[in-house]
Amino acid sequence: MIFPIVRTALVALRRDRVSLVLSFVVPIAFFSIFAVIFGGQHDTVPRVKVIVVDEDQSRASQQLVKGLESDGSLVVTTRPAPTKSQSAPSDYTAATAEAAVKAGDVSVALIVPHGFGDHPFSFGGGSNSGKSGPAIELLNDASDMIAPQMVGGLLQKAAMTAMPVAMAEQGMKYTDQYIGGFTPEQRKLMKDNLDRYRKIESQQVSDGSGAAAKSSSQGGFGGGLITVHTRSVVGENKKSPMVAFYAAAIGVMFLLFTASGSAGALLDEAESGALDRVLSSRINMTGLLAGKLVFNILLAFTQLTVMFLWAWAVFKLDFFSHIPGFVVMGLCTAFAVAAFGMLLASICRTRAQLGALSTLFILVMSAIGGSMFPRFLMPEAMQKAGLWTINAWAIDGFTKVFWRDLPVTALWQQVSVLLAIGIVLFAVARRIARRWEYA
Amino acid sequence: MIREKGLGERLSVNSTSDLAAPRGVLPLEIDSLVKHFGPVIAVDGISLELRSGECLGLLGPNGAGKSTLIRAIVGRVIPDAGRVAIFGSAAGSASARAALGWVPQDLALYPRLSATENLRSFGSYYGLTGKKLEEAVAWCLDWAALQDRAGELTRNLSGGMKRRLNMAAGLIHQPRLVLMDEPTVGVDPQSRNRIFEMIEALRAQGMTIIYTTHYMEEAERLCDRIAIVDHGRIIALDTKEALVHSAFGSRSQVLARFEGPRERISEWVAERGGRLVDGTAEFTVKHPTEIAGLLDGANAAGLELVDLSLRRPNLESVFLHLTGRELRD
Repeated sequence: MIFPIVRTALVALRRDRVSLVLSFVVPIAFFSIFAVIFGGQHDTVPRVKVIVVDEDQSRASQQLVKGLESDGSLVVTTRPAPTKSQSAPSDYTAATAEAAVKAGDVSVALIVPHGFGDHPFSFGGGSNSGKSGPAIELLNDASDMIAPQMVGGLLQKAAMTAMPVAMAEQGMKYTDQYIGGFTPEQRKLMKDNLDRYRKIESQQVSDGSGAAAKSSSQGGFGGGLITVHTRSVVGENKKSPMVAFYAAAIGVMFLLFTASGSAGALLDEAESGALDRVLSSRINMTGLLAGKLVFNILLAFTQLTVMFLWAWAVFKLDFFSHIPGFVVMGLCTAFAVAAFGMLLASICRTRAQLGALSTLFILVMSAIGGSMFPRFLMPEAMQKAGLWTINAWAIDGFTKVFWRDLPVTALWQQVSVLLAIGIVLFAVARRIARRWEYA
Repeated sequence: MIREKGLGERLSVNSTSDLAAPRGVLPLEIDSLVKHFGPVIAVDGISLELRSGECLGLLGPNGAGKSTLIRAIVGRVIPDAGRVAIFGSAAGSASARAALGWVPQDLALYPRLSATENLRSFGSYYGLTGKKLEEAVAWCLDWAALQDRAGELTRNLSGGMKRRLNMAAGLIHQPRLVLMDEPTVGVDPQSRNRIFEMIEALRAQGMTIIYTTHYMEEAERLCDRIAIVDHGRIIALDTKEALVHSAFGSRSQVLARFEGPRERISEWVAERGGRLVDGTAEFTVKHPTEIAGLLDGANAAGLELVDLSLRRPNLESVFLHLTGRELRD
């Protein structure tokens, strides 16, 4: 008696493509995406981009930069990428590096100051070693909590491995300047310092993070061999650092769901015959789709507004200082999202198809576009793939507005891409919608 | 009872539209219309003219090409050959759309909108605004006897009310030609009568109507002329009386029911030139005196007569005679 029921259910499932897609394709797609993000692909482990400004240009500073450059976990840049207008750009300065961090080009910049090479090391954290050189400045974006920790640790590692000569020279200087020969007391002092150094070494070996891990809890890297002063140049005064990010990230994902659901009204109307009736009136297909698009834009924009107002009321997001940027990004995002919904609705034949297809597309786009997991923590290949999603551009734009406090003019790239996406998707939707026009 | 007010008020609502066609311009002209869907010929050279104020019944079995013909008139099908003109304008053109009202077979309404909101929406799609729109909505609610349910969500209306609202939405822009595609499908007899009254009210106002149906009695009651469509062609077009006369002349039909083995009944009916429809034998006779011969024959074949009647052929007889199929096949 059981077998006929199983057989009937199996036949029904085999013919229900929507259920098949939801049962097998969506889980596999998701598994693959998260496997890639969380290190299933070892050759694409994320590398931290860092700008290094060597103001000192001493032998020691050059060795340090070389040491950082040779580290496989970092992508070190000392000058901006060439552009059409500037084929050979000059090296970053402290100011341009800070601007780059503020603009979100990188999460971390290191400024090696003048005079660093005279006293590169500060045994004992620079507090009790007598003379020590000026500290390296680590500029960071507070939204990325991992990159500065990583760079700080790798900086100490580079000092240990890439600057043996400098270390010896520094030791000699200490000997000449402060010890003037090895008296028993001096031997004791040197032994103490060496003991401390060995301790640091053993720490680095045991936890892999080096002095930075310990010092990070103190808000900087001053306890390492190289004194580092950390300064957050973005988001240092924000009350709730990630609220703006998640308001945008989650908002865009649900906007996509709402837009595709709302655009699905087109399918209901086609099924009921209302679409035929409308098209037999004075309204043509372009007018009808444009009307639906405008409605879906307004719906999406209202949804975003409610989301950000909630973030303001409950999570203290500074909403009212960013109204112009929000309006620009909100409208562009709403346009792209609404056009996306129209395209999906025009492709599908039934509501059920639309439900399956939109679930598949939206969850995949949200996963690789940063709605579920910040893109800067993803492997580079995945970050690039994310640029094909509406989510990534929308989140980047809202982050610029609410996190980096950038002016509306700084949104030109996000605005252009979102508008282009919207126009292309709507044009394709219009083309596909011809199937409803005439037989 | 539907109140037959409206013509005067209606004309005052629609000052630009006149129910009567301009002199010499027919409400509908179809000339050698052809439409293929792949290898299937849906419409095969149909030509048809509709006179002003006329109600034309369009009958045909399923798959005969009626729907394609209707969609071509509405401008939703692009013909492969031939032309369709509504008051002289090509089907689908702006003026043709304004002049044509379409009541689709489906309930083409917004279920989450009220009756009034539906009418307002469709009225605005035809460019009606302000006072004109409100007057048109009021007229439609009155015509469809839905004033009491004007604010009710459409999905909550009864089947008959939805049908009436569906019809009203097709007339919201005060067209001069109305195409009604099976407007009584799925409604109870009471609601059907109400719909007949609505249509008769329109007819009394001189509206030109094309009416498709699967119910012969509707066509007989409402239509001036009947066009029978089969295999993409119009196989007969005339008044009901003329169609019956041309198919049967002055002959009558004898309907008889017999008891006996079904095969024997079937063989005997075929031998005598009749046919068996739902267990009833049908014969066509010139004179009632031929009935005696039939009964003798049945008796000789060992069939026992249960019931016998004589009737004048009707539209259904014509349809069966011409297509070999029941209308609802």
